[in-house]
Amino acid sequence: MIHWASFSDFIAMGGYGFYVWSSFGATVLIMAIEPIIAARNQRTTIARLKRQLRAESQADSRADYRNSSQ
Amino acid sequence: MKDRFNLYRFASPAVFYPLAGALIPYFAAVAVVFGLAGLWLGMLVAPTDFQQGEGYRIIFIHVPASWMSMFIYLVMAFWAAIGLAFNTRLSGMMAQALAPTGALMAFLSLLTGALWGKPMWGAWWVWDARLTSELILLFLYIGYMALTAAIDDARRADKAGALLLLVGVVNIPIIYFSVKWWNTLHQGSSINLAKSSMATTMLWGMLLMAMCFWMYSIAVAFMRVRTIMLERERNTEWVKNLLVGGEK
Repeated sequence: MIHWASFSDFIAMGGYGFYVWSSFGATVLIMAIEPIIAARNQRTTIARLKRQLRAESQADSRADYRNSSQ
Repeated sequence: MKDRFNLYRFASPAVFYPLAGALIPYFAAVAVVFGLAGLWLGMLVAPTDFQQGEGYRIIFIHVPASWMSMFIYLVMAFWAAIGLAFNTRLSGMMAQALAPTGALMAFLSLLTGALWGKPMWGAWWVWDARLTSELILLFLYIGYMALTAAIDDARRADKAGALLLLVGVVNIPIIYFSVKWWNTLHQGSSINLAKSSMATTMLWGMLLMAMCFWMYSIAVAFMRVRTIMLERERNTEWVKNLLVGGEK
């Protein structure tokens, strides 16, 4: 069932090892990094929006306080 | 009572955001399963190619990446048309979420193509119809991302981007049929409906890898569309409730 006689045959890829493994390496790298970046963007976006929301609500309550004391 | 199942409900970001979030792990898991099966068939079981030796195994990522680069563009153009016709909020977000993945697929297609072309043709690159039109596709993706990023107003950015996408869609049939229309160095398609020129294990390995790339693209596009939704809808009640509710 398995096509290769040995592990070193598999690595050598009949002399095309550099081309085949560079292709697969680049693909694996990109497919690992892209979701990591997307997840990080999601986390930082949520954190920033939360900060903004807190800042807004504090500003609102200060404005309420000023309005009420006038 | 109007609580019957309604597909349009999912066009609302407030509904789509949690749905996409729930679906991401499933798409990711299915992508891993397809990927492992495809790699096992393609890299361990499939026989040597009688012309290209073991070098042909680049096909197991080159063809799926190329297919996805064209397919993602078509999906973006579809959303562009929907957005222009019905002025829906979700369509522009979908197109923007897909663009980086499409660009990466086009890049992978070109890179693996160069790594395949060098040993088989003796050149990393030739200005052949197939290669050149795929390079134009990469530029279209980059152009779309640059254009939408340069316009501050999200709705106007969507409209301008949609126009670019719809004009650029002419490039997709050119890529696809380039090997028929012109004499190119690039080999013809390995699959046709009448007879496939590939061994069964090769064919299945390639199809499984294509499914893996497809599921991967959906998962990562869903991740990105959620971020875009939060950003664009930050002043709406549903996003505020989500943030107060402790969304991580």
